[in-house]
Amino acid sequence: MAQLTYRDAVSMGIAQEMRRDPRVVFLGEDVAGAGGVFKATTGLLEEFGPKRIRDTPISEQAILGAAMGAAMTGLRPIAEIMFSDFLAVCWDLIANEIAKSRYMTAGQLAFPLVIRTANGGGSRFGAQHSQSLENWAMAIPGIKVVAPSTAYDTVGLLAAAVRDPDPVVFFEHKSCYPMKFDMPEQSGDIIEKLGEAKIVRSGSDVTIVALGLMVHRALDAAERLAADGIDAEVIDLRSLVPLDTNAILTSVSKTGRMFTVEENPRLCGWGAEIASIVAEEAFWDLDAPVIRITTPHVPLPSADSLEDATIPSASRIHETIRDQANR
Amino acid sequence: MTTMPSYEEYGNHNPVFPQPVNEANASLPIDQETRLRMYRLQQEIRLFEKRAYDLFLKGLVKGTSHLSLGQEAVAAGFAAAMNPKDWTFATYRGHAHTLARGVPMAPVMAELLGRANGLLGGKGGSMHLTSVEHGVMGSYAIIGAHLCVANGAAWTAQYNDTGQVAVAFFGDGTTNIGAFHEAVNFAKVWNLPTVFVCENNLYMEYTSISHVAPVPNPAADRASAYGLESVVVDGNDADAVYVAARQAIDRARSGGGPALIEAQTYRHGGHSRADPGKYRPEEEVKAWLDRDPIPMYHQRLLQLGVDEGQLSTIVADTVTAVDLATDDATAGPLPDLRTIYTDVWADGGSSWRN
Repeated sequence: MAQLTYRDAVSMGIAQEMRRDPRVVFLGEDVAGAGGVFKATTGLLEEFGPKRIRDTPISEQAILGAAMGAAMTGLRPIAEIMFSDFLAVCWDLIANEIAKSRYMTAGQLAFPLVIRTANGGGSRFGAQHSQSLENWAMAIPGIKVVAPSTAYDTVGLLAAAVRDPDPVVFFEHKSCYPMKFDMPEQSGDIIEKLGEAKIVRSGSDVTIVALGLMVHRALDAAERLAADGIDAEVIDLRSLVPLDTNAILTSVSKTGRMFTVEENPRLCGWGAEIASIVAEEAFWDLDAPVIRITTPHVPLPSADSLEDATIPSASRIHETIRDQANR
Repeated sequence: MTTMPSYEEYGNHNPVFPQPVNEANASLPIDQETRLRMYRLQQEIRLFEKRAYDLFLKGLVKGTSHLSLGQEAVAAGFAAAMNPKDWTFATYRGHAHTLARGVPMAPVMAELLGRANGLLGGKGGSMHLTSVEHGVMGSYAIIGAHLCVANGAAWTAQYNDTGQVAVAFFGDGTTNIGAFHEAVNFAKVWNLPTVFVCENNLYMEYTSISHVAPVPNPAADRASAYGLESVVVDGNDADAVYVAARQAIDRARSGGGPALIEAQTYRHGGHSRADPGKYRPEEEVKAWLDRDPIPMYHQRLLQLGVDEGQLSTIVADTVTAVDLATDDATAGPLPDLRTIYTDVWADGGSSWRN
């Protein structure tokens, strides 16, 4: 089976959509000539030229403003914000402008755009280049929030995001970029559906809900749990907004136990909302309290030993679930 | 060492007086039809804004509102210079720019009153007036962002080679926020057809712009940093505004890139409805009231041979239009509460889960 890195899946997804639709344009810092600081957009300038693949100044507000204005006048822009941490300097455009302007104008304006950004830790970059900010985005009414964990999903969900009529913040995980994944043979475009979680491992004893890099750690933990005689079901959420609550509730009704594995810091992490939904809607299906396995509520430290002990590891996930399940 | 002023002196500033009317502007090459249109637009904005103010006092307009009384010539001059397919990006002080593009008064008034027949069904309010069919691509209430957004529309025009131009209006206070600098730089390096229009009314909100900007012309004096010409125009003279607007818009339309124009003007009232504007020196207010753009323009048209009766008819028609709009707005029903849950997404709804 052919293999593809998550990094190359990004450029494959963008290229697929640009070949299909001449309205799709792509802008960001160092994305054209340099092919992106993570080399996730190499080859696009060569194929599509400088009219459609454009380098920008270091001006994140200008980048997202350009994407917003282009989207509302008929283009289908993809904007890159190099590190998700930089969303903080252009949050006005996302939270106040892009997310609210359809609503405020009673549907007169539309914002079919995608904001791609490199999210998450594991690179020893310290607290300003490593954050997991998907829960910030999830808190804003009016934007969709997607986070793929594999190469195939990166292509398919990016395609779905580009074709979606609403604004999507697309969190790529920077620790996933070098990972290689099997790509099933497929003729024609790869396209997935936003708002559909994927059961990436079936199991009957516990439900583990994860996102992005944490999906891989949850799968690793699930294998270790199997050796302990605990059969874990792992759900890759893939999208926080829309949220596939059916997949979660169905799994919890089967297993009776739920664990979330979240890279975002603990307070108001996405798992809190899911725990709340499960408590409200599946309380009588639960055999034990919902347990959230998260990064603690601290900024991320830089040193490898510290960072590895801060973000949930396969060992921490395994041990936490094993200890709880054996109670 | 910096010496700080005393408490009593802090915030005091020298009055800034208007330039005298440039009588030569009467001979600018502007046809009479355009001049009459600008006269009508200024009267429409003036009388609409006065009515909006009256409706606040009656408690019918809720929330806040930022009026363009005194600043009508900027909106009128630009609207007259724009093509119907060009795009306006306005601020929260956007009634004038919305009306100037031809949006009917009644839905605008109804929006201020929070009624179902409002331009946005009551979901946007005074600060977010938008009418896509008139090229009014939104009014934005966070300083600076919409300059960046205007660039995006200009990018579409450039990409599709449509010849459209995006015009973004903003106040003097905006020249101190990062988004202004990002947007102007971006427009220049991408050679976008964006025209940035600073309405310098001398006060960022309640504070004199001279207190917070290190240069006398907060927009024009920054233009050179972005490779742009420094343009200051008399914002209380519709003819001067129109000529500057045409020049910038025509150049942008033909691929000549962005422009930054500073129009000097003055608001007759405070920053918003809650502000009596007492921080302004009395003699300054008086001098600017004497330089009211509308009576000046009235006189100019008479000098140019327009019949007084024709102008009176325009005013009378406008009074009637404002009255009718007020009737329509006040008769409008309150919004259906179900609309709280509409138009978050393109599917018309607000669902975030299955």
